[in-house]
Amino acid sequence: MAKTGTLVRITGPVVVAKDLGHAKLYDVVRVGEEKLVGEIIKIVGNEFVIQVYEDTAGIRPGEPVISTGEPLSVELGPGILRSFYDGIQRPLEKIEEAAGAFITRGINVAPLDHKKKWEFKALKKKGESVEVGDILGEVQETDVITHRILANDSGKLTDIRSGKFTLDDPIGEIDTRKGKVPAYMYHRWVVRKPRPYREKFPPIVPLSTGMRLVDTFAPIAKGGTACIPGPFGSGKTVTQQSLAKWSDAEIVVYIGCGERGNEMTEVLNEFPKILDPKSGKPLMERTVLIANTSNMPVAAREASIYTGITLAEYYRDMGYGVSLMADSTSRWAEALREISGRLEEMPGEEGYPAYLARKLAEFYERAGRVKTLGSPDREGSVTVIGAVSPPGGDISEPVSQNTLRVTKVFLALDASLAHRRHFPAIHWLKSYSLYTDTLDPWYEENIGSDWPTLRNEAMALLQKEAELQEIVQLVGPDALPEKEQAILLIAKMIREDYLQQSAFHEIDAFASMKKQYLMLRNIMRFYERAIGAVDLGIQLKTISGVKVREKVGRMKEIPEERLNDVEAIYKEIDREFDSLRKE
Amino acid sequence: MKEYKTVSQIAGPLVFVENVSGVGYNELVEVTLPNGNKQKGQVLDVTDTHAVVQIFGSTSGLNTTQTSVKFLGETMKLGVSTEMLGRIFSGLGEPKDNAPKPVAEKYLDISGAAINPYSRAEPRDFIQTGVSTIDCMNTLVRGQKLPIFSASGLPHNQLAVQIARQSKTKDQKEEFAVVFAAVGITHEEASFFMRDFEKTGALERAVLFLNLADDPSVERIITPRLALTTAEYLAFEKDMHVLVIITDMTNYCEALREIASARQEVPGRRGYPGYMYTDLSTIYERAGRIKGRKGTVTQFPILTMPGDDITHPIPDLTGYITEGQIVLSRDLHRKNVAPPVDPLPSLSRLMNLGIGDGRTREDHRGIADQLYAAYANGRDLRSLSAVVGEESLTDTDRKYLRFADDFEKRFIMQGSNEDRTIEQTLSLGWELLGSLPTEELKRVKVEYIKKYGAGSKGSSEAPAEKKAAQEGPSPTNPEKAAPKAPLKAKKAPSKGKRKSRK
Repeated sequence: MAKTGTLVRITGPVVVAKDLGHAKLYDVVRVGEEKLVGEIIKIVGNEFVIQVYEDTAGIRPGEPVISTGEPLSVELGPGILRSFYDGIQRPLEKIEEAAGAFITRGINVAPLDHKKKWEFKALKKKGESVEVGDILGEVQETDVITHRILANDSGKLTDIRSGKFTLDDPIGEIDTRKGKVPAYMYHRWVVRKPRPYREKFPPIVPLSTGMRLVDTFAPIAKGGTACIPGPFGSGKTVTQQSLAKWSDAEIVVYIGCGERGNEMTEVLNEFPKILDPKSGKPLMERTVLIANTSNMPVAAREASIYTGITLAEYYRDMGYGVSLMADSTSRWAEALREISGRLEEMPGEEGYPAYLARKLAEFYERAGRVKTLGSPDREGSVTVIGAVSPPGGDISEPVSQNTLRVTKVFLALDASLAHRRHFPAIHWLKSYSLYTDTLDPWYEENIGSDWPTLRNEAMALLQKEAELQEIVQLVGPDALPEKEQAILLIAKMIREDYLQQSAFHEIDAFASMKKQYLMLRNIMRFYERAIGAVDLGIQLKTISGVKVREKVGRMKEIPEERLNDVEAIYKEIDREFDSLRKE
Repeated sequence: MKEYKTVSQIAGPLVFVENVSGVGYNELVEVTLPNGNKQKGQVLDVTDTHAVVQIFGSTSGLNTTQTSVKFLGETMKLGVSTEMLGRIFSGLGEPKDNAPKPVAEKYLDISGAAINPYSRAEPRDFIQTGVSTIDCMNTLVRGQKLPIFSASGLPHNQLAVQIARQSKTKDQKEEFAVVFAAVGITHEEASFFMRDFEKTGALERAVLFLNLADDPSVERIITPRLALTTAEYLAFEKDMHVLVIITDMTNYCEALREIASARQEVPGRRGYPGYMYTDLSTIYERAGRIKGRKGTVTQFPILTMPGDDITHPIPDLTGYITEGQIVLSRDLHRKNVAPPVDPLPSLSRLMNLGIGDGRTREDHRGIADQLYAAYANGRDLRSLSAVVGEESLTDTDRKYLRFADDFEKRFIMQGSNEDRTIEQTLSLGWELLGSLPTEELKRVKVEYIKKYGAGSKGSSEAPAEKKAAQEGPSPTNPEKAAPKAPLKAKKAPSKGKRKSRK
């Protein structure tokens, strides 16, 4: 398999080698004396163009290149959770042990710990026949997640045993058509190849994110796709991190793709401290972090999102709901552009390669709620939420546009909201979700039958406000009739008392769907009563001065355990307006 | 060491050498000109037969027949030592102050290596710059990279100098150093910095690298990297807290574009190379803290936005890498507000780590948000009142308008010599917010309004500070005092009522 060729040219992250024999496109190669990791991305006759995942300074033509005969793959097995990987699944913790605080090159470390012993509990019996994807047994990977070991071959189980094993110990043996093969707790998977499933389901269950704007106006479905484009400083990363922290996914894969080093450190420091509301255990117990910061090699940045989604699909196949955050896909697209430029390919729009749209679509298509292979029957999902960083915040650029074409939820971050410290700085009118209709039955059944109505009315008010604001800009608010002024008042309440949410506030950071429903119901009740009062000739000044308004404004600070207090405000609104009426 | 006389082509800063062998990518090159002068360069592209060399300097005087090229067999390194403190170097690291080259303790690769994200420690030590708009609303922490987005004709150099001079942390005993990299700035600007460093005695704790406007532009690629290599050495091996000022990054990007076009690369936006983001990140990301090491590298790059356009690729890509930005505003500058920091587009992403109880004060986050929101609202109303006139605004709106004016005149405005403590800054913020009705203050916790708000015990805690702040340039003071008193009177009973109802 291994064939040694020689380097003939080096230009930055792209090198050219010759005489690699039967090496195939996307095969992994080892470049130079230091055995840097690279991947073949183009073959012209006897010349193999290779992108190198590490810094190439000092490498000379004439140095050897070894082909491994295998495409870029990840190791899938217990030990993935709680890990912190670089773009090609090398654990950064191990890199630190080997090289110190700065990442040097040529470090070869295994993605998973092959020495650690795991307690394997067999669920299948000797003599049973198994198929690819069947659950052979379980390993308690972290306190909250049970790692299901999936069969990698079909055939008859000639041996299987429970006990303590390392990854290199066989846990059993499968008699396949091609002969007996040992079964291990881990296997390798090619990152650029989607993992198979039996059937894809439509998205009908929402991902509860705890973010009122998202859950109310732009809900994301489990197994759906969402994109968050926004200029710098508008809160993409904070939004991504909040979604990772509070969404009700069982597994979180967080990819820091070409972003800041300190941001990843923040995630790394914070996640072990945040307790999952459901299990009471640290979030880190169900999280994998992948970081390829902006100053790490650009080719590994390109690979990082594939590494991430393959890990996500693996947990999906175990039957978990996974959400994957990619921050930011623009950096990934730029890595594509950079490599494409070095290959001297004909550029498409803004220098991006012509295959950008296809690659983006392929990536997002790996999301979904599926029935997995193998028995017992189980359902898993991968929800993909990608941040996009358009230059100058202008989403007419190719990465944003191609992303919008494939994703179903659009969370429009808005710089002017961010400047005003309205967070999350997601614009309610510009954002949309194509899942709203398919998710409505779920909301009606689980949250409140009037939820879609409340939401639509609230949205209509915000829309109306935008129209009225145009008039106000010309003639001032006093020129509007009282009723329209009342609409402005309520819309302001929706914006400030409901949509605005602080990711750093201990209580406000997360709002359950139930709390959201109660809050919105109160505001809409206030609206109804206020309009009624205006019709009776009560002055708007009196209405806006009611005492309960302050309470409505502070609803968000009421903890989840005291939802009754939120509910009580409804009656209070009625009471106060009733007495206004009497006066 | 191999020497070649096989130059086949010279184009701009690039030299093509034929029939070479054993040349490494990014290797350092020494080129001897026909007149005997020597220039340094670096290998950009190498095959088994030829190499493309980028010369750090002028290529005039080169020819294809007499020029000789020597490949030095290693990548570019800088000899570093603590003796560099107090010295001035050229953009290529040669002494410029007529003193001998300091003896190197170590030779370090100038491109550095990425800090393992696992090894990073979160920056969280508050740096008090003494500038209210930064300390209160865009707090700087040690290990952060916070650029100043400026434009031609704005006083960014004054602000940089003020920050370098006033910056301090709670623990004053720690060793502190400034590394200053001038990238393509004029002699005048460079001497402004040097004079100020000398005057304040900062020079002996500073290392200066100067690439001036008339120095070769390709050198500009090297200068910031020399500065950061020095900074990393001082911080991570000598336990110092290093503040790196790089000015002007726009010139750096221009140089990058010049080389890219000489190499006939496919241009990206506005002719800048497609890899500019990655390239800039290898500069900006060299800031931070490392677990288990005492020192830190804090970066203050300065760039001028061409045409005041924040969406121009240079500020845009910078903003995507750095942890926030301080934006200077021409409007404020015209109004004679100094420093003209516009708080609305400015941001510090690491602010939350450095503020709050035990670091600055518990009410810091809330008051910063409230000031932002109120000022943003006031500014919006300004344009509205320009159309409809101030009379048709509501009472509250008029209060916001006045707030925005006061905020500019008293909070943003402080001049380049006033050094405010964080407590002074926060009290000033509360005082200004006192002119707004309490129910408008939704960003601050009710308990903090009671504790620190205008008329509370909190604000009287520091009467001296309050006075100092009022003594500042504030022509609106007399008008302000009048509406404030009745306002407070109105507020007090309502607060009481709310309490009793509970």
